[in-house]
Amino acid sequence: MNELKKSFQDGAFIPYIVAGDPDYKKSLEIAKKIIDAGADALEIGIPFTDPAADGPTIQKAYARSLNNGFKVKQIYQYIKEIRKYSDIPIILLTYYNIVYNQGIENFYQKTEKIGVNGVIIADMPPEESKQVTKKIKDKKINQIFLVAPTTTEKRIKTISEKGSGFIYVVSRLGVTGKRKNFQETTKKLIKKVKSNTDLPVAVGFGITKPSHVKKARKAGADGVIVGSAIVDKIEKNKKNQQITQYIKKMKQKI
Amino acid sequence: MREFSKYGGKFVPEPIISALDELEEEYENIKNTKDFKKELDQLLKEYAGRPTPLTYSKKLSDKFGCKIYLKREDLLHGGAHKLNNTIGQALLAKHMDKDKIIAETGAGQHGVATSMAGAKLGLETEIYMGHEDVQRQKMNVRRMELLGAKVNEVTSGEAKLKDAVNESLRTWVKQLEDTHYLIGSVVGPSPFPKIVRDFQSVIGKETKKQIQEKEGKLPDRIIACVGGGSNAIGIFKEFIEEKNIKLTGVEAAGSASISKGLEGVLHGSFSKILQTDEGQIKETESIAAGLDYPGVGPEHSLYDELNRINYTTANDKEALQAHKLLSKKEGIIPALESSHALAQLPKIQKEVTRDDIVIINLSGRGDKDVEEVQKHE
Repeated sequence: MNELKKSFQDGAFIPYIVAGDPDYKKSLEIAKKIIDAGADALEIGIPFTDPAADGPTIQKAYARSLNNGFKVKQIYQYIKEIRKYSDIPIILLTYYNIVYNQGIENFYQKTEKIGVNGVIIADMPPEESKQVTKKIKDKKINQIFLVAPTTTEKRIKTISEKGSGFIYVVSRLGVTGKRKNFQETTKKLIKKVKSNTDLPVAVGFGITKPSHVKKARKAGADGVIVGSAIVDKIEKNKKNQQITQYIKKMKQKI
Repeated sequence: MREFSKYGGKFVPEPIISALDELEEEYENIKNTKDFKKELDQLLKEYAGRPTPLTYSKKLSDKFGCKIYLKREDLLHGGAHKLNNTIGQALLAKHMDKDKIIAETGAGQHGVATSMAGAKLGLETEIYMGHEDVQRQKMNVRRMELLGAKVNEVTSGEAKLKDAVNESLRTWVKQLEDTHYLIGSVVGPSPFPKIVRDFQSVIGKETKKQIQEKEGKLPDRIIACVGGGSNAIGIFKEFIEEKNIKLTGVEAAGSASISKGLEGVLHGSFSKILQTDEGQIKETESIAAGLDYPGVGPEHSLYDELNRINYTTANDKEALQAHKLLSKKEGIIPALESSHALAQLPKIQKEVTRDDIVIINLSGRGDKDVEEVQKHE
């Protein structure tokens, strides 16, 4: 259970990739390279046809994966192969319909068994989480919830009680995607969340540059999640080496 | 428990929650105030053209062996039932001090109705429409632009209605403060299905009064088409408690979420949706752009489970036949969506008697479909 929490002790750099993007084999290679480059945990998206929380970069990655034949059921094998390679904490991110369709019990049983440390369901706020939290009560898996700039302090407390592992802070209003500046409001949000929870706090959505990582850490974040900036490199078919270099540069600022 | 037993809910990313909570609270506070009710009534009467007639169709009655009435939402300003909802929500947005409305559209009818409401009430309006729908509904795109709205073409996913909803949600979350998302059907996260239903229920309330005046009694059957399901809920709601009235919802065979779907979550609510055995959303195919949607309002899923409404399907061919029949026999060109409801008539012919009163909700007019119909000749 605390493997995930532990990864935040000296700051966690958490890259995000989509399983099966651009195809199964290549995305497995990319995952391994990212681990080698020094990621502290790995967040993996299970593609969904209708990702309403995601911006164009991640949408396209989901589509690439599905168009190249990725099946949801392959996620278990995919994780197993990563597990053979490394014991890095793994967090899955997907949408409610994917989990519901697999059968909530079945999904969490299988993912726990293969060593998944946490699950994020992008369109499941705490008020819709009862069925899930009931099923994972006795499991070692962490259910991670999001906090947004619009989330009230009262809700942050609820989210902190219902979730475990860490709190995912959405740095700005909008969908996933790259951006230029790290805003003042994000710093305030990190501070607000930190003062209302004992869980580690990771910030994501739009973290692109090493300077963003530094500022997020300075504001008190225990970790940063970087998705679109990496997925963008995969889309542009950049060499794995470039992804590795990027991750090393970002990781330095943790 | 959710809004409609196990159906409904708020399956949305965290950033949207506060906006939904605000909307719910404001709606409950505003909807029964004297000012709001008065303004809405006046707009519906003076601008939208309510009440719409309940027209007796002698020729259809003779042909199908029962008394057939048409609830004429095709005569509502804009040419479809959509304005009932858009005027209501745009007025609500104004009372909530929003400056801007955004909306998705499939056939373009909701986009046009939103643009009208936006123009009338002085709200900046942006519409999201799938590329494929823009191609097949060019006239409606032009109408929206004339009404001062900005039309954004959506190319993600299938480039249809569901993708336009995704894009509207993505846009809304960036500008929650000053923008109201004016959703077009009884779908989406709570409280949208309830709000849209309330504004559309004027159809059923009028129908009840009108049929009492004309026949001195309530109808035996009511038939409406179901895509997301707003015109259907609009006419059915008032009759739900009248248990001996048969209510029938007709889905398009190529996008029949209730008849062929499985439970799951699309666009924020738990309902019946068309999905693969992996939980991916299925592609849909219907001649009626307004029915071409892989989900359905959660309240419909509940009435299906309770067996209160009977859901069935009509295919493209049956809808086209009905479309032509009404045009030739009654001088009314029905929307292809509404033609799915009309297509149910030959199927119940053997079950009805001369005195049975059957009401069809004629949800929209078919001018927009002339080109599409011609392609199939």
